[in-house]
Amino acid sequence: MQHSGALKVTPLNSIHRQANAKMVDFGGWDMPVQYSGILDEHHAVRRAVGLFDVSHMGEIEIRGPEALRLVDFVTTNHAAKLQTGQAQYSGLLYEHGGFVDDILVHKVTGSHYFLCVNASNQEKDYEHIRAANRFDAEVEFASPRYAQLAVQGPRALQTLAKLTPVDLAAIRYYRFVDGEVAGVAARIARTGYTGEDGFEIYIAPDSAPRIWDLLLDAGAEFGIKPCGLGARNTLRLEAAMALYGHEITASITPFEAGLDWIVKMDKGDFVGRAALAAQQDKGIQRILTGFEMTGRGIARDGYEVFLDGAGAGWVTSGGPSPTLAKNIGLCYLPAARAVAGTSISILIRGQLVEARTVPTPFYRRSK
Amino acid sequence: MYPENYRYTKEHEWVSADGDTGTVGITFHAQKELGDIVYVDLPKVGATVAQGDALGSVESVKAVSDIYAPVSGEVIEVNETLADAPEKINEDPHGEAWLVKLRLSQPDELDALLDAGAYQEHVEAEGE
Repeated sequence: MQHSGALKVTPLNSIHRQANAKMVDFGGWDMPVQYSGILDEHHAVRRAVGLFDVSHMGEIEIRGPEALRLVDFVTTNHAAKLQTGQAQYSGLLYEHGGFVDDILVHKVTGSHYFLCVNASNQEKDYEHIRAANRFDAEVEFASPRYAQLAVQGPRALQTLAKLTPVDLAAIRYYRFVDGEVAGVAARIARTGYTGEDGFEIYIAPDSAPRIWDLLLDAGAEFGIKPCGLGARNTLRLEAAMALYGHEITASITPFEAGLDWIVKMDKGDFVGRAALAAQQDKGIQRILTGFEMTGRGIARDGYEVFLDGAGAGWVTSGGPSPTLAKNIGLCYLPAARAVAGTSISILIRGQLVEARTVPTPFYRRSK
Repeated sequence: MYPENYRYTKEHEWVSADGDTGTVGITFHAQKELGDIVYVDLPKVGATVAQGDALGSVESVKAVSDIYAPVSGEVIEVNETLADAPEKINEDPHGEAWLVKLRLSQPDELDALLDAGAYQEHVEAEGE
């Protein structure tokens, strides 16, 4: 057991500990990995509703007359296409085309953009954006002002609706409104990292413990479960959503990660564009691919992938899929061989075990 | 919690001896630390292991954990029911979800293992 003296905590830390959640060091944060159990929490989100503390995530706010110019210059997606109240998945890249981070850009007003970024990248992201800021825009490291809760699952709307006057059904996917939850100001976004319907709520840190408890009460009739990062990971893997440090890193480009759709080469210049253009000319060598185990065994992050008996790539994320009752994963493979249905094998603790490539996402919710 | 007639390792295996047969499993504490167990890899009947050798592995949703032979011997039986129902290890780790049976080649190795009280103290010391 590691002692946790220097770990950062969220406003809900004492609630997690009092509830006997199992805590882990997650990128320097003392976070719950599980409450009742990863499988139980996973199924609650797929079948009913789950509540996650994701207050470790970072927030960066960009304001000013040229806020949009800065956002469009540092991100890969087309921020200018956003409507007020709309959110967009995007990438922050280095000049060489690798990821600084993957982020959500929210357009609050024409001169105010709100970025949600990964916990362990937030300081790096802030410095990166500041360094690129040659516009009339102000960049604020806003993480200390926000806690974030994710209410996810088919019953998320009914749960949250008990605590807010906002017409949640009117918020479309990847839209948000600034309203109230339990009487306090809240940014309510219909976004998530589970492959399920749901909301991510940004609130002041001091209100987080009360709203956490109120949400658990509101969802009790649906069987709401408090959930940890373990279930968050199995859920996002089934939905084949990228996790920084795994599918995407400083040495992976969006094209390699299969994220072409967040790159808008024709929007004008942006950080990393030249490198991406060069890669487009040359063609990519490797690409992220889904697979499922056909032999007995579980592929784990970092395991080597073999093709025709030779090492050909690596597993970025792997594990059991509780919903599909299969062992699944994502891996990098040579681009020419990454078509679905290819036989591969995974080196699992000294033994090659058979697997085959499959289309992603592994799980798609029925609408 | 921990049966008095079992012996334990600091790596959280247990062994229950009956004549020259030792039944081996992982402890309640081990399964609790692992969480939901979804996969078990066990040796083949006839394999010979020395004390401390890898005997197999159990995997939870998040992690892989090696199992070490608490005593030396030959594998004479493997709990085949666990292949399809690994979650039994979470439900009954000291009973129905035993992993393997060994024919003990060095029965005196048992004497150096922890008894239930000492194991309980070990768990408590490790936990905080």
